[in-house]
Amino acid sequence: MQARPAYLPYLLLAPSVLFLAALFLYPLAETILLSVRTAEGFSFDNYRRMAGDLNFASALGNTFLLVGVVVPLQIALALGLAQMLTKITRGREIVLWVWTIPMGVSDLAAGLVWLALLTDRGYVNSALFALGLIDGPTGWLSYETPVTLFVAIVLAEVWRATAIVLVILVAGFGLIPKEYGEAAEIFGATPWQRFTRVTLPLLKPSLQTALILRTVLAFEVFAVVFALGGRNFPVLVSEAYVWQFENQSYAVAAAYAVVVMAISLAATAIYLRVLRVKPEARL
Amino acid sequence: MAGIAIENVRKSFGSMTALKELSLNVEDGEFVALLGPSGCGKTTLLRIVAGLETRTSGRILVGGRDVSDLPPRERKLAMVFQNYAVFPHMTVYENIAFGLRMAKADRTKVERQVQRAAGLMHIEHLLGRHPGQLSGGQRQRVAVARALAVEPSVLLMDEPLSNLDALLRMEMRAELKAVLREAGTTTLYVTHDQTEAMGLADRIAVMHGGRIEQLAPPMAVYRTPATVFVGSFVGAPPMNFLRCQAADGAVAIGALKLACPRNSGEIVMGVRAEDLLPATAGTGLPFEVRVVEPLGSHALLTGTAHRQQIRVVYAGERDVSAGETLHLAPIAGRICWMDAADGRAIEGTT
Repeated sequence: MQARPAYLPYLLLAPSVLFLAALFLYPLAETILLSVRTAEGFSFDNYRRMAGDLNFASALGNTFLLVGVVVPLQIALALGLAQMLTKITRGREIVLWVWTIPMGVSDLAAGLVWLALLTDRGYVNSALFALGLIDGPTGWLSYETPVTLFVAIVLAEVWRATAIVLVILVAGFGLIPKEYGEAAEIFGATPWQRFTRVTLPLLKPSLQTALILRTVLAFEVFAVVFALGGRNFPVLVSEAYVWQFENQSYAVAAAYAVVVMAISLAATAIYLRVLRVKPEARL
Repeated sequence: MAGIAIENVRKSFGSMTALKELSLNVEDGEFVALLGPSGCGKTTLLRIVAGLETRTSGRILVGGRDVSDLPPRERKLAMVFQNYAVFPHMTVYENIAFGLRMAKADRTKVERQVQRAAGLMHIEHLLGRHPGQLSGGQRQRVAVARALAVEPSVLLMDEPLSNLDALLRMEMRAELKAVLREAGTTTLYVTHDQTEAMGLADRIAVMHGGRIEQLAPPMAVYRTPATVFVGSFVGAPPMNFLRCQAADGAVAIGALKLACPRNSGEIVMGVRAEDLLPATAGTGLPFEVRVVEPLGSHALLTGTAHRQQIRVVYAGERDVSAGETLHLAPIAGRICWMDAADGRAIEGTT
């Protein structure tokens, strides 16, 4: 066999690097620049405007609340579903396939589906009315019903985006040799102990991937929230949207984008640190 | 302490029968090896005893207690897995302590028994490491130590040495035997390696096609196999089987005439390779040597006798070369007569 030239790997990687540089690094640098540039030069004025806005605090709070509720819920749910999947042998692929259907639905479409369900004259109200549980159209998604609005958003997000966690965790479960669980069982571990002492620690790498992916995407939540709540439930990205298109203030929108990115990076760094598997403890 | 009683256990996977109604008693403190080729059902049987596999029918008793329907954790036994299954995310110490922790043993007891088990397996110096930092042999020691730490009355082992290299395997074999004898642990040991079974077990259960072909002490299995299968599976080289024609209660092959338990018809003569000794020319069984393999203490000869292939362990003075014809006589009392139709030993012979 002929020796490959040393530059070959770099040559093969070059297109993807160029692609990322052109479509990711460059816009990123542009966004950061945009957020710190003002008429008088470089300053943090745009960030001050952003932070001084009435909606900023609630957008920040809402985003964190949503991430804090949705992500753990999704992880717990996906762990349960994945665990159940490991128990079935026949039809496993079909069940997994059905569970992952929402993954193929665009988030705006998902938001609209849930809107159709939950709006004043939607399916849910019709059903409740038919059952005699409500007297007429009832609002669930208005600014007067923040709790049901929040619950609706959580529901829609969980419905829409748990599948990706599930897929990652199912793959992770598949990587754990079944002997570990069996050994734990033989040596007296209850199913719960087996899960917490053996399965979870061995699942760490997949959990880490799933958490990073889900958390980063959850901080960017927008379409579902906007479809269901409009401006009744401001989040960081919806505020960026408002500044960009309604207020026509691109610089403040860029500042929002940078904040979202900073939070995502911080979350990723935390996951990488907390859920790291020491080299000696690898499989 | 406790024995294991396997009563009429049957296992089928759909239409495939893995175990045909099978019974086996392992006495308290006894070491029984389940020996057989892959697919014979030995691992399935072990896993049924462990509770990791369900049985189709029958009962399992451990120490007189029916554990058939108990989950593994309530069966109070320990197990060593083929690929060790030591937890990679725990230190060696925590691995060995696992069973004790699950049993909520107090700290001093955990410390004492972990140290003792580690001492027995000579891994005290590795307690702080993770399995990922150990060699295969060391991991295997951890797996055995984890089992010994709970001081089990019953220990199950599933091909525990098969992933080790030959030298290490021999070393571990001797150590295991010493440790388990000392502890008096009732052991059920699955292996496909007949040397391992012979060397370790008090009794060997030779399995084939989902049933036990023979259950006997190692030398009895070796000397007087119950079936042609047992004779050819146990021992290296396998036992020689020669089909011969009986007439008037005897068989005649060449100049060799032997009394046999059949008056007429076909019969199979089983004889170990080392039980055929050189005889003077003109007497005994003519054996045409095709291949000579010098093995140090002896030479292994492969060739034909009575138009059938046999192997002979030759320890004579004179060098033998391929193409020669030797004359062989079996050692008296070392011949097993088998039924030609069903391959079973004929009662009352040997």
